[in-house]
Amino acid sequence: MLIADRVIAIAIMALSAYFMWHAIALPIGWNGMTGGPGGGAFPFWLSLIMLLSAGGVLIRSLMQAPSSQHFFDSQMLRSVILVVVALFVTIALIPVLGAYIAIPLFIFWYIKIYGRHGWVLTAALTIGTPVFLFFFFEVTLKILLPKGVTEPLFFPLYAMFF
Amino acid sequence: METLALLADGFATSLSPINLMIVILGVTAGLFIGAMPGLGSVNGVAIVLPLTFIVPPSSAIILLCAIYYGAMYGGAISSILLGIPGASTAVATTFDGRPMAQQGKAGLALIAAAVASFVGGTISVVLFTLFAVPLADLALAFGPAEEFALVLMAFTTFVGLGGDDKLKTIIMICLGLVLSTVGLDLISGQPRLIFGDLPGFYSGVSFLVLAIGVYGIGEILYTIESSRTAPQVTPAKISLRDLGDGIRTMNRMWRTMSLGSFLGFFVGMLPAAGATPAALMAYGIARSTSKDPKSFGKGNIEGVAAPETANNAASTGSLLPMLTLGIPGSPTTALLLGGMVMWGLMPGPMLFIEQPDFVWGLISSLYTANFAAVAINIALIPLFVWALRMPFTVLCAIVMVLCIVGGFAPSQKMHDVWLIAGFGVAGYLLRKADYPLAPLVLALVLGPLMEKSFRQTLISEQGNVLAFIERPLSGTFIAIAALFFVLPLVKYLRKGGRRSVAPAE
Repeated sequence: MLIADRVIAIAIMALSAYFMWHAIALPIGWNGMTGGPGGGAFPFWLSLIMLLSAGGVLIRSLMQAPSSQHFFDSQMLRSVILVVVALFVTIALIPVLGAYIAIPLFIFWYIKIYGRHGWVLTAALTIGTPVFLFFFFEVTLKILLPKGVTEPLFFPLYAMFF
Repeated sequence: METLALLADGFATSLSPINLMIVILGVTAGLFIGAMPGLGSVNGVAIVLPLTFIVPPSSAIILLCAIYYGAMYGGAISSILLGIPGASTAVATTFDGRPMAQQGKAGLALIAAAVASFVGGTISVVLFTLFAVPLADLALAFGPAEEFALVLMAFTTFVGLGGDDKLKTIIMICLGLVLSTVGLDLISGQPRLIFGDLPGFYSGVSFLVLAIGVYGIGEILYTIESSRTAPQVTPAKISLRDLGDGIRTMNRMWRTMSLGSFLGFFVGMLPAAGATPAALMAYGIARSTSKDPKSFGKGNIEGVAAPETANNAASTGSLLPMLTLGIPGSPTTALLLGGMVMWGLMPGPMLFIEQPDFVWGLISSLYTANFAAVAINIALIPLFVWALRMPFTVLCAIVMVLCIVGGFAPSQKMHDVWLIAGFGVAGYLLRKADYPLAPLVLALVLGPLMEKSFRQTLISEQGNVLAFIERPLSGTFIAIAALFFVLPLVKYLRKGGRRSVAPAE
């Protein structure tokens, strides 16, 4: 728990420094001409407060005795990592294979392989979800989801609904 | 009297068939979302917000408020039937709701929760109606200096009154504010914090992206980790006789319920407090003023009624500063605020003048939402018992897909979908390390207002910083803000320098 606390505090400090580095592209000081701070002042000084506070968290945790409590539940950590990886893979696949391939793949993986549910439920969700998404977003809201290489397959559907 | 006339006009809007349908739909959806363990009003509103493009803006807000309401009712369902709070706001309901269910009185507990929610909701909506106009009138006098001071005060309540680690709270407020500055500088129009010229950052980080990430993906990851074994659903049957019994029992608890409602309403108005502490406080007061405090925690029906009135009253209370001042009283209302800004309905006193039809339609729809929620809640109890048996993996898969597609829909950029995934993982880790997420979301929503009002004031006052203190209203807010900020420090010093925060686990 303490280790994780420290790692997160250091990560926040690094992030704050990164923000500050970007914020100095704009003036961070007082602008005497117009009165008031420059465009970079808000992000710069707030990031500095963040950096100092995270430093405080780090120092506080360094002064504490180590404890045996774990940050992650080791049994469930595997599940969390699996789901996160699946999520990232799905998002990466959306512009390539299209939402209507990537999302059913994700559902199939989640329900059948990860969740170990039956074929009926898996098939219903894998087919039902994209159909719902198509009618809700494309037909009703006219928001086109990315289709990637599957775009030509949708031309007849476009002709039917638009 | 003027208020009554306006409210009557509002009912003309909210009782129109389309709005009535929207309220019923929203409340039903909210009840289901609230009943699902792990998902509460804030998750529901975050996930559903992108889908509300399907109806006109004013109806979308009514829909989201109805979901907010429904979720507050629904939270009690899983607290009672599973012993797991449906949302953090329903934690206090488990204390006596779960024992009641184990004693075979689940039906009675569910009825008590629904009736108590109705009482809390109704009393607080009446209070809301009474306070809305005077507060909006007061806010009309606000200039940029007052706006800045008010936002500052809202943030310092997190430091002074919030129960979380002070340093971590400050970090989250700053992070939210810094994220809100990404994009184009408000005054000079120059791009800033665009991280290596990524075009996606030019339009800034949308509150919706952060909310879907943190409250959608992050919440699901958190629930996956904490749900090792499937919980047991307690069967619940209710008959008309139970309903009569329940209402008769509730009739004896007016004192507890009205106390809970008033407490909830006023605690709910504070950004840092809200429904969860209000419910816990109401539970504590009900127990300590009871004739039989020992029966609490063992299935006392008053222990269900008190927190349920308070958390519903708090949800209405948190809407009051959002609508009249433009300062949300809770993360859920912060999302509603963000949504309203997105749709061009800027909350604040001007809304009462420019769009009275919308404002009063919304307020009156809170009354109809309450009636709809109590009726649907009790009528659909068998359906909720069935729905709670739904495997958790199915729920997760559906929510994840809604997060991906819902994140893409408003801006139609994959950039936002990646950000959602990133915020989801970051939010999950931060929450595990006891970083509070509510100030982060509130800061991102209020950040632009805070920076704009600060810099506008300074430009109009030729850089005179004292302008914030010289104006009486803004000076008062700043003084209160300073007090909240100093409060933890004073506590710390009085303890003789010992740490004021509990050591991390």
